[in-house]
Amino acid sequence: MADVNITIDGKKVAAPAGTLLIEACKNVGIEVPSFCYYPNLSLQGACRMCLVKVEKMPKLQTACTTVISEGMIVTTNSDEIHQARKSMVELLLGNHPLDCPVCDAGGECELQDMAFSYGAAESKYMEPKNHKEEQQWSPVVYFDRPRCILCYRCVRVCGEGMDVWALGVQNRGVSSIIAPNREDHLQCEECGMCIDICPVGALTSGAYRYKTRPWEMKHVGTTCTHCADGCKTTLAVRRADTGMEIVRGDNRDKSGINGDFLCIKGRYAFDFAHHAERLAQPLIRKEGRLTPSTWEEAFELIGRRFTEIRDRDGGQAIGVVGSNRTTNEESYLLQKFSRLVLQTHNIDHHRTADFPAFAAALSGKPDSTASMRDVFNAPAILLIGSDPTEQHPLLAWQIRNNVRLHRARLYVFNSQAIKLRRQATAFMQISAGMEGKLAAFLSGEESSVEALVSQAISRDAWIALRDKLRSEQGLVIIFGSELRGSDISSLVKFGSGIKEAKFVCLGDYSNSRGAADMGLYPDLLPGYHRVTDAGKFHDHWVAMPQAAGLTLPAMVDSATAGKLKGWYVVGANPIGRLAIDPFAFSRSFVVAQDMFLTETAVIADVVLPAANAYEKSGTFTNTCGDLQLVKKAGELTGTKSDFEIIVRIADAMGYDIGKLVPFGRGITADMGQSRGAQSGEADRHAVWLEAHGLEPKMSPFDPMAILDEIQRLVLGYEVSRMDLLAGNDQHTTLSGGGGGALHDPNLIVPAHDDLFSSGTLGRYSRILNSVIENRHKQPEETEVAAD
Amino acid sequence: MKFSDQFEQRFAEMLTHYPTKRSVLVPTLLFVQDEVGYLSDEVIEEIAQRLDLTELEVRNVISYYSMLTTRPRGKYNVQVCTNIACLLRGGEELLEHCETKLGIGHKGTTADGLFSLEEVECIGACSWAPAAQVNYDFHENLTVHKMDKVLDEYKKRATQ
Repeated sequence: MADVNITIDGKKVAAPAGTLLIEACKNVGIEVPSFCYYPNLSLQGACRMCLVKVEKMPKLQTACTTVISEGMIVTTNSDEIHQARKSMVELLLGNHPLDCPVCDAGGECELQDMAFSYGAAESKYMEPKNHKEEQQWSPVVYFDRPRCILCYRCVRVCGEGMDVWALGVQNRGVSSIIAPNREDHLQCEECGMCIDICPVGALTSGAYRYKTRPWEMKHVGTTCTHCADGCKTTLAVRRADTGMEIVRGDNRDKSGINGDFLCIKGRYAFDFAHHAERLAQPLIRKEGRLTPSTWEEAFELIGRRFTEIRDRDGGQAIGVVGSNRTTNEESYLLQKFSRLVLQTHNIDHHRTADFPAFAAALSGKPDSTASMRDVFNAPAILLIGSDPTEQHPLLAWQIRNNVRLHRARLYVFNSQAIKLRRQATAFMQISAGMEGKLAAFLSGEESSVEALVSQAISRDAWIALRDKLRSEQGLVIIFGSELRGSDISSLVKFGSGIKEAKFVCLGDYSNSRGAADMGLYPDLLPGYHRVTDAGKFHDHWVAMPQAAGLTLPAMVDSATAGKLKGWYVVGANPIGRLAIDPFAFSRSFVVAQDMFLTETAVIADVVLPAANAYEKSGTFTNTCGDLQLVKKAGELTGTKSDFEIIVRIADAMGYDIGKLVPFGRGITADMGQSRGAQSGEADRHAVWLEAHGLEPKMSPFDPMAILDEIQRLVLGYEVSRMDLLAGNDQHTTLSGGGGGALHDPNLIVPAHDDLFSSGTLGRYSRILNSVIENRHKQPEETEVAAD
Repeated sequence: MKFSDQFEQRFAEMLTHYPTKRSVLVPTLLFVQDEVGYLSDEVIEEIAQRLDLTELEVRNVISYYSMLTTRPRGKYNVQVCTNIACLLRGGEELLEHCETKLGIGHKGTTADGLFSLEEVECIGACSWAPAAQVNYDFHENLTVHKMDKVLDEYKKRATQ
């Protein structure tokens, strides 16, 4: 739209027509305070803090509801405005308890900031304050009514943003209150957005309240470790007896792909890290019992036994199971370790989506994967299978808000009446298992339509809908694990007929896409290169076995037959999650690396206590292929990162670590002075090095050293290191990779996690469990309404 | 839930008056209240469903308007105005008198379920203050004596 010229505080400003005055001010760095205004939510005009003077308008105007017009002359700061805002603060404080010293929001409260800015410490009001005890609305949401300033942000974000509509406003005037949807409690998705968006301490979090003060914590922006969407979450940590304790998760850094969004898991479910059953010492089976031991003893034993098995029975007698929750660097290192050190391609992981088939279908089709940001901006979206609201909360948020804010057209095909149908332009319910037929039909196979036709949707309706889809441009095609193997090729074939169509393949767990990209497959190297056609990997990795290895089920058979003699299970629980018979492990030497004594760890010979993703650094690739940094926030003394453990085992096996992790090479860094006149030099130097992808990799435990190799060898990962390190998401591509492969579709076992479960992590999260219990509890009969 | 044919007819017609369904919420609530007496949980559920709203949204609107109630009221709802004009002309005394006579306070209901009492803001009858409204009927230029007659009249009507 054409720009409109206005003058703000004497500054000439141009902004597109339709811009709100408050946004135009913000764009040129003039802060206009507001409580009720929130970008991308409907306008409220309730708090009257954003009053500004517009020339030729009789009274002060609310900047949040005024649309700029040509020639407008605006003053945002004058005695009159100051006095008006001060009066508003005074009114708000009229019934405010002023309990800042005990309030969770104290120190990061917008009302507190305004009281400081406008100095409304004295009040004319003599009326007694209207007090009400705090209420618990759910295990994670508490409401302190007197603190509420009725900005209605919570009501709008819950309704418009989340499409949950669990909060409302009751009564009128001074007796207005925020009310939950079930009289005295909430029935909702427990996302906690209302708490995050609350400008004061009226809504507080069950996980954090009264624990500490904002300025006593260190805030670390990292990537969430739960589902595969890869939200940026800010973890607040403080010193604890056992290292660093995570006390809060929130979304204060809105630069991530998730913008304002975080779900219950990203916000609260970090507490598995402090669970009492967390392992903090290596365990070695002695006389049949797992006995606490030292790291040195464990590494020596593992190194000796793995070497023995490899040298006696060959690499094929060892099986390795990787993880969907370790970093890219760890997954890459693990498969490199298996193939080069253990001399085996017997490496697999819990597969939750058919990424190899996806890579195969996209081979040679550049720019055909959509990023999480694309989903928010696409003009049209096609969703086949999955239930994003439950399994991919961020994806659901992106879709929902794209429809709300950009009027995107959404086409949903699902066997269930999923919640996103409410945003859909067209919702077609198909029978479960018919997703493949749908893909075939879309790709032009006319006979498949018979399987789709039902009483509700006729053959003609299907054909009309397909024509409509074909006429879309920039369609983002999202599909769940219902589509596998050749069904994915059909869908991609359909998509190639659409201009600028892009795809998203949905997997479960935080780094399932990374695990696949990094080659946790018996037949595929990183970047989906076939083992038998290793090409450039052979140049780098000499002495790799020639033939492909065994899949996980085949390894289990081999172990049951007594041929597989060693297992190395890293951050996975095949017995618990994939229902594999523990007997398969009973005759082998089993090393398990985990946070807890899972069903798999409990039968192992050596259990190594691993750090989780919140306690280490590296990168994650979300299900869309967005590469993001993982930063260390918490710490538990006694644990080690999977990266360090793998390197130490390789070392114990006598392998030359320099060949495994390219560290300490090629850099003779002058780190500059850390003191005196040139003290900034070291920092500046580090920034320059980072910008050129040259951070000093001094330690064999530095994941960035492996990231170098990944960026060099895995096509699609050659993204800007500077942007990555700066905390930005970088989209990787699949099209240039090694061609993928078609696997047995039965190898894919979806996790079936919902909003409140998260595999093993969820089992050890007190918060998630309390929410689950609370939902199944019959609410007690209560007479009193929220008021 | 079943409503009268008259209501259903009215409801169907109202839906055609507005671009969105939720716009008919307020008149619908008022008509249902006239018919059922109050807005029960069952009523709220039914209306929410008909208008594609959450029950919470319906409750929010009900709580905003003092004329809408979620609790049963007496057959005759006596609303005495104590706003400025009526106040100056004895509205307060009138209200106190009603309280003593009926033995109930603001928002109370007599044991026989015949009368409810409410102190209300301006009912737009300032020219004839003090005024009271019983259900939809206005009674103006009231005195304590006249009020007694009005109440007796309703009592009589109920027993007929």
